Amino acid sequence: MRLGRIRAMAVKEMLQVWRDPRSLMIALLMPVMQMALLGYGVNLDAKHIPVCTFDREGSQFSEALLKRFKSTAYFAVVETVDNYRALTAAVDGGDCRIAIVVPPDFSKRLSDSGASSVQAIIDATDDNSANLALGYAQSVVSGFSADIAVQRAGMQGQWMAAPAALSLESRVWFNEDLVSRNFIIPGVVAMVMALVGSQLTSLTISREWERGTMELLVSTPVTPMEVMLGKLLPYFAIGFFDAALCLAFAVFWFDVPFRGTVFTLFFTTALFLIVVLGLGYLISVTVRSQVGASQIALLVTMLPTALLSGYTFPIDQMPALIRAVTYLVHARYYVTILKAVFLKGEGVVELAEPILAMTIYAALVAVLAARAFRKRLE
Amino acid sequence: MTVVQGNGQASIVADGLVKRFGPFTAVDHVSFSIGRGEIVGFIGPNGAGKSTTIRILCGLLRPTEGRAVVAGIDVARNPEGVRQHIGYMSQKFSLYGDLTVMENLRFFGGIYRVEGALLDERMRFAIDMAGLSGREDALVSTLAGGWKQRLALGCAILHRPPILFLDEPTSGVDPESRRRFWELIHSLAADGVSVLVSTHYMDEAEYCNRVALINQGRLVAMGSPSELKQRGLGGDLLLLECDTLGAALAAIEGTSGVRDVAVFGNTLHVLVDNGDIAQRDLPRRLAAKGLADARLSTITPTLEDIFVELVANSTIAGVAS
Repeated sequence: MRLGRIRAMAVKEMLQVWRDPRSLMIALLMPVMQMALLGYGVNLDAKHIPVCTFDREGSQFSEALLKRFKSTAYFAVVETVDNYRALTAAVDGGDCRIAIVVPPDFSKRLSDSGASSVQAIIDATDDNSANLALGYAQSVVSGFSADIAVQRAGMQGQWMAAPAALSLESRVWFNEDLVSRNFIIPGVVAMVMALVGSQLTSLTISREWERGTMELLVSTPVTPMEVMLGKLLPYFAIGFFDAALCLAFAVFWFDVPFRGTVFTLFFTTALFLIVVLGLGYLISVTVRSQVGASQIALLVTMLPTALLSGYTFPIDQMPALIRAVTYLVHARYYVTILKAVFLKGEGVVELAEPILAMTIYAALVAVLAARAFRKRLE
Repeated sequence: MTVVQGNGQASIVADGLVKRFGPFTAVDHVSFSIGRGEIVGFIGPNGAGKSTTIRILCGLLRPTEGRAVVAGIDVARNPEGVRQHIGYMSQKFSLYGDLTVMENLRFFGGIYRVEGALLDERMRFAIDMAGLSGREDALVSTLAGGWKQRLALGCAILHRPPILFLDEPTSGVDPESRRRFWELIHSLAADGVSVLVSTHYMDEAEYCNRVALINQGRLVAMGSPSELKQRGLGGDLLLLECDTLGAALAAIEGTSGVRDVAVFGNTLHVLVDNGDIAQRDLPRRLAAKGLADARLSTITPTLEDIFVELVANSTIAGVAS
């Protein structure tokens, strides 16, 4: 293996990327676009859920209750109606996701029996949002009823009989604000790297076949190993640049808390890059057309990363069989690592397991890629 | 033109090469050897097996049967060993079009490990040779055909290989560029480089020390152009000019002493056993058929005549066997 040949190969490849608009776009534009699109677009938080209210009583109590729906950030009261028909229309028309109806005897029943109820009508076409809306509505109502109990106790001159003598006080760790973006963005970085890395290299060998330059290259004394290293080196540099860009985007733009060390981050990113670049190269060697190679690279990296890496869909909630399959998905390990580094601040020692898995993966891909390219035309 | 045969050790040896692609035999028991400083032309129609043979010799394809030895190295056993000793120009232009002239040269310099002052000197030489001075920073894709071919040759000889394989280097190049290209090849051969060059331009065969005629994967004949012309036909060639070619053809075809008649443009090439006898007999026969305007003259056969004749014979022989 000669350094001079690897360098010649790398310089040539860099020049070609620089002059190929398609490669340049993948290298520079795609990461930024993906980050913006996925960072803003994928949001699992339910805030400002549109709500419609129907106050059939119009008492002080009922208004106090509905005021709470107005004041919380979870809901936005978009419509106030005075009959069921209008309410139905609002739900059917999609103007609101949830409708709250206060019965005409709300205060009366509350003072008579100490208990009353309100009705919630929920659009459950999207079960996830419906569940969230219901949960939030329940918490608003229960908060209200707790306050009522305290008030009543005070009015009756009793010593406050602690309506919630035992209350659960939850404290969320690692993602304190329960912002789903903090959970998703590190995964988006993995997604971008998987996509960009394999897309770039998927073109590199197939381009030589397509343009006929491979025939000449094969006739020279360059070894397959030199070809691979020379070709992957520039993409490794580009990949690292993209990774730094995405990570900076995550921390400084999306304000995702970063608690780990830059070393852990870059060390694991290097490993992941070896995996995705190697995979792209392997595909490129096997499929001799640029379009074909790029399609397959998309299929092999993007789909599993999006669905099975745990980047949005938690692996714990998958059926056992699918969960077993996720162990084959390279991004699974990187997503795990990224989330842990970002949110928990874990280091190399705590992450030994996924790092080991990724190392094995990288070694395997590297060996396969090195062996795949044969200097023959057949 | 002198054939520099060196110390007798052949640079390129093909020994019973066979290449089959499925049921198709592209190269059929081809054997020859090429000495140091020799220019050998591979002549034959498209699909005759020229490129396949060259690719086998470069180690790009593995022969189904037979042995190829280049620079004393068995190609099938040690293809990498051969590659430092050869320069190759493929049929399809295969430099990097999105790189400039200098960038291409520097790339191949790096690949062949020509470095420093030596590389600068050879890049200079290649640019002068290709006539690309002042265009060093032009993208190769923007160059015209002749320049591209000369640059490709420049890249192929950056490491000064003793053996050159050129696969149809002049196809699609204008005549002036072709002539310059051949001058370059001759100056390389004068320095002792062995050149195997394929072409389908018959006139280019005249530039070669020896010519190998290939048809349907088989080596039909091999020799110097003058040798081939002498022994190839086994008779004399006459040129017949006449206003009514069809009638003339009908009149003399099958006459005793006439071995073959072929249309060449608006004339007939008539192959006869003996030129003198035919010069005496044929005009009489033509006059008898009312073709008094026909004029006969003796001509020197071109390689194309030879090729047509040899291919006809080999094809018939092939069918018969």
